[in-house]
Amino acid sequence: MSNTKTCVVIGASHAGVNFAFALRKEGWQGNIVLFDKDETIPYHRPPLSKKYLELEDSIQNNLLKPIESYEKDNITLSLGKVVSKIDKEAKTIELNDGTIQSYDVLVLATGARAFVPPIQGIQQAKNVFTLRNATDVANIRKAFHASEQKKIVVIGGGYIGLETAASLKKLGANVTVLEREERILARVTTPYLSTFFTKIHTDYGVHICVNKGVTEIKTNGNKNTVICADGSSYEADVIIIGVGIKVNTELASEVGIVINNGIEVDPTAKTSEEGVYAIGDCTYHYNKLYNAFVRLESVQNAVDQAKVAAANICGKPTVYNALPWFWSDQYDIKLQIVGLSQGFDNSVVRFEDENKFSIWYFKGDRLLAVDSINNAKSYVFGTKYIKANAILDKEKLANAESDLKTIVVN
Amino acid sequence: MAKITFITSDNEKVTLEGASGSVMQLAVNNGVSGIDGDCGGVCSCATCHVFVAEKDLEKVGDASEIETDMLELADEANEFSRLCCQIEISEAIDGIELTVAK
Repeated sequence: MSNTKTCVVIGASHAGVNFAFALRKEGWQGNIVLFDKDETIPYHRPPLSKKYLELEDSIQNNLLKPIESYEKDNITLSLGKVVSKIDKEAKTIELNDGTIQSYDVLVLATGARAFVPPIQGIQQAKNVFTLRNATDVANIRKAFHASEQKKIVVIGGGYIGLETAASLKKLGANVTVLEREERILARVTTPYLSTFFTKIHTDYGVHICVNKGVTEIKTNGNKNTVICADGSSYEADVIIIGVGIKVNTELASEVGIVINNGIEVDPTAKTSEEGVYAIGDCTYHYNKLYNAFVRLESVQNAVDQAKVAAANICGKPTVYNALPWFWSDQYDIKLQIVGLSQGFDNSVVRFEDENKFSIWYFKGDRLLAVDSINNAKSYVFGTKYIKANAILDKEKLANAESDLKTIVVN
Repeated sequence: MAKITFITSDNEKVTLEGASGSVMQLAVNNGVSGIDGDCGGVCSCATCHVFVAEKDLEKVGDASEIETDMLELADEANEFSRLCCQIEISEAIDGIELTVAK
């Protein structure tokens, strides 16, 4: 009988793929099998709403790893396969075609899916898309090019919605963003940044409309009319839905793994079930630096948690202790975020010019996070100062003439 | 076409040939160890740090402001440092030698 162990990974995107390669690097001798329902060789997701959409790029230029690397590291990519259930007693997973795959270690990198709100008429509407994978983008491009008036309505003014709006605007679309809250990016950032991005989009000719709860979509032939609660209506050839995600927790919850705003994991990335780990967007995990449980939708978290899980599985005790970071590119604006600003009670704006500034978020004197606009220097120093738990001279910080190296008090 | 030589942290020398795209993409597509390119090449993660051979500094040219700032995230960065997602492949850089940062 063979004593070769098998590690099965459900989900082959940033978390799953980085995990597989990290596991091999850590010395795992057994099999590694990656499953994903997406048929495409795993690719970078962040460009999808940005340059991949705008530049009509090829997915070949955006692969996480070339196909040869999987062969070289003996990682089995099983694409276009839907995992339908886990049997934790038998230590097997079952695909929806009936295939059974056994495992010794199971890693859930199931991520999330786009949430489609129950708007009246949305099922019958023409050319309605979410944007989560390469196929979505291909469909959006096709519908956009086929449309007569190039009228796009984006429902939801979060990062995905705004990046998509920027990319389609650059392609020549007439774009309207409908945001339910009183400002765009309401869930993820502060009013200062919301105002900034509203101005940028408006300057580029995107219509940003807030307090617009969409109640109905009426469709006549290929033409949609998006109707809001206040009675206003917008014509749309193509509708993009960007109102958030639903975490893919079903496989885990069906076998009793603890779910809590995501698949709950300990600092070693282990779930409540022995031998089952979870990584990436699907996890609800403890962040040591912020002494808080969080669920993050980010490349950073996917990659870092993947490495932690791989090390632990290979017998190298490691705990997750990462400083979160994020980015968004819209037009020629580069937003870089380091840290988590939740719970801040004061902030400092360091203003260099209209399109180059940073916002520093504090709780008391403790620096929590920095949002930087076209200002990598602030991002970098913010990273260093958060890690060092440095106390900063806020007056100096607010003065863009002062050198960021000289703003530490202690 | 340009030939680019990478020297990895295990002192392995790999010479690759590319026509276009970024040096990071070329390295990732050929599995050069130590070049991760986690952000996909938009100068956001600093995981494609290389040291340019002194003889090639002029060929490669200078880093942009944002790249220079991002390099400060790497403790071991020095005057030869670049994030290779920001180096475009063209004949102008044919023959360059890059040492992959640890």
